[in-house]
Amino acid sequence: MNAALAVARREFRSFFISPIAYIVLGGFLLLAGWLYFSTLFLAGQASLRGFFSVAPVLFVVLVPAITMRAVAEERKSGTLELLLTFPMDDWQITFGKFLASLGMVSVALVCTLPYAFSVAALTGPGPAFDWGPVFAGYFGLLLLASSFIGMGLWGSALSKNQIVGFIFGLVLCFAFYFVDKFAPLLPDALGQVVEFLSVDYHFENIARGVIDTRDLVFYLSLTALGLLMTARTIQSTRL
Amino acid sequence: MPSSMIRIEGLTKHYGPTQAVKGLTFEVPRGQVVGFLGPNGAGKSTTMRILAGSLNPTGGKAFVGDVNVVEDPVGARKLIGYLPESNPLYDEMMVVEYLRFVADVRAVPRDVRAARIKSAVERCGLTGVISKDINQLSRGYRQRVGLAAAILHEPDLLILDEPTAGLDPNQIVEIRNLIKDLGKEKTVILSTHILSEVQSTCSRVLIINEGRLVADDTPERLTAGADGSGEIALVLGHRHGQALDAAAVRASLSAMAGVTAVEVTEGEGAGTLGFRVRHGADDVRRTLFETAVKNDWVLLELKRTQVSLEDTFRKLTDTRRAA
Repeated sequence: MNAALAVARREFRSFFISPIAYIVLGGFLLLAGWLYFSTLFLAGQASLRGFFSVAPVLFVVLVPAITMRAVAEERKSGTLELLLTFPMDDWQITFGKFLASLGMVSVALVCTLPYAFSVAALTGPGPAFDWGPVFAGYFGLLLLASSFIGMGLWGSALSKNQIVGFIFGLVLCFAFYFVDKFAPLLPDALGQVVEFLSVDYHFENIARGVIDTRDLVFYLSLTALGLLMTARTIQSTRL
Repeated sequence: MPSSMIRIEGLTKHYGPTQAVKGLTFEVPRGQVVGFLGPNGAGKSTTMRILAGSLNPTGGKAFVGDVNVVEDPVGARKLIGYLPESNPLYDEMMVVEYLRFVADVRAVPRDVRAARIKSAVERCGLTGVISKDINQLSRGYRQRVGLAAAILHEPDLLILDEPTAGLDPNQIVEIRNLIKDLGKEKTVILSTHILSEVQSTCSRVLIINEGRLVADDTPERLTAGADGSGEIALVLGHRHGQALDAAAVRASLSAMAGVTAVEVTEGEGAGTLGFRVRHGADDVRRTLFETAVKNDWVLLELKRTQVSLEDTFRKLTDTRRAA
């Protein structure tokens, strides 16, 4: 466990050394802020609903951009071999990478907290700003990000090329985001299946403030599956 | 405590259809410094990686101490310090950060961490550079960082894959001395192309070729022709400055008792001739001198050349000749 934490700490620090992290974070904040505030005043509602509706699709790009170098860079520079000879299991390497990426996503989310504060301050007299959906929304975003990180890390583990990892992660994340968008056009039974597979559908449930075990189980299993594939892919390096 | 540090039994490793290691068996007792020799692609790195834990063997057994590297990989890796072939490091980290990271991953207890890092840094001569970024370091210093990281957790066994590759002659000497020093208390297995390195640092040589062990002996025994035969390099001139006739000289040299072969080589300019005289078990230097006097030759040079490790190596690993 300590070994995984050491891997996570190193990985997390290394994000801030490369300019890519700042570009990715800046891009995310710029887009999120613009998309959110451009509709906020039109809607005239003091809530973060607008932000939570664009965040998942932004995460489709943000998360693979964060995870793309995680394993690919180690493979390219040869340090993966060092990691493989340290006394830890492959899942510890994977979990360390996961924690670091989740930490990075958290940094991005913390940077969006001013939206909540400023909107809370803008709330007119009368009913107080409702913080419940905000907490639920951020919690949901972390879960959604976890499942994306699993897929992104798998992409990153597949080759030593970061771009390949990015595209692989992007396609997977997008698939899980997009899968229910045609649900209304499909027969009912099939529609329900695609809805259940959609990360966005479960996120909407949570963002509404309803924390259902089914949604938790969905995200946790999807995350576990991604990390399992990542660990298996790292393990296959030993063959 | 088991007497052997490394035990490898019938080790095989296939990469798809290619067999990198074909049934390797050897044992290294504690405290030995072993040189691992072989041409490129002989299976040196593969064997070392299997021992270090970054590769799984296809078949056979490998033990570090008494820990089987397949059955308890994490336990085996705890006993090992490993310096991979290209010495990959996290370039963006400071030396001291990197060493802290390795100490944490290797579960060096927090209360001794600082002391261990300090002693590794001093030992490897890194004191002046600990707060430099690794990517600013020269190759020699990078190699020292790799070595320092490999000894932080005080492993019993050091596996060094080509530790002096790509270094300049001064750096090579420094790293070699460091390895010699480490070899006083640890078991070391190092691979190299540089044969003189083996002679200067190792007490035992393993030569492998095409995935098989072809020699296992001390450097001294591998270099001395086991039967006492050898070679003498000669440069001859004429006493009165006349030109020498190569064919005639060669004939009289060949006629000497004990000489098995004579080869003409480059002389040292006008009127001189060079020869390489191979001889059997008997020393022929005295007869050589007498022959020279008798023929009015001047001995400008007479040098006994040992059968070099290079020759032994080439003989053992030249597959075309063996085939």
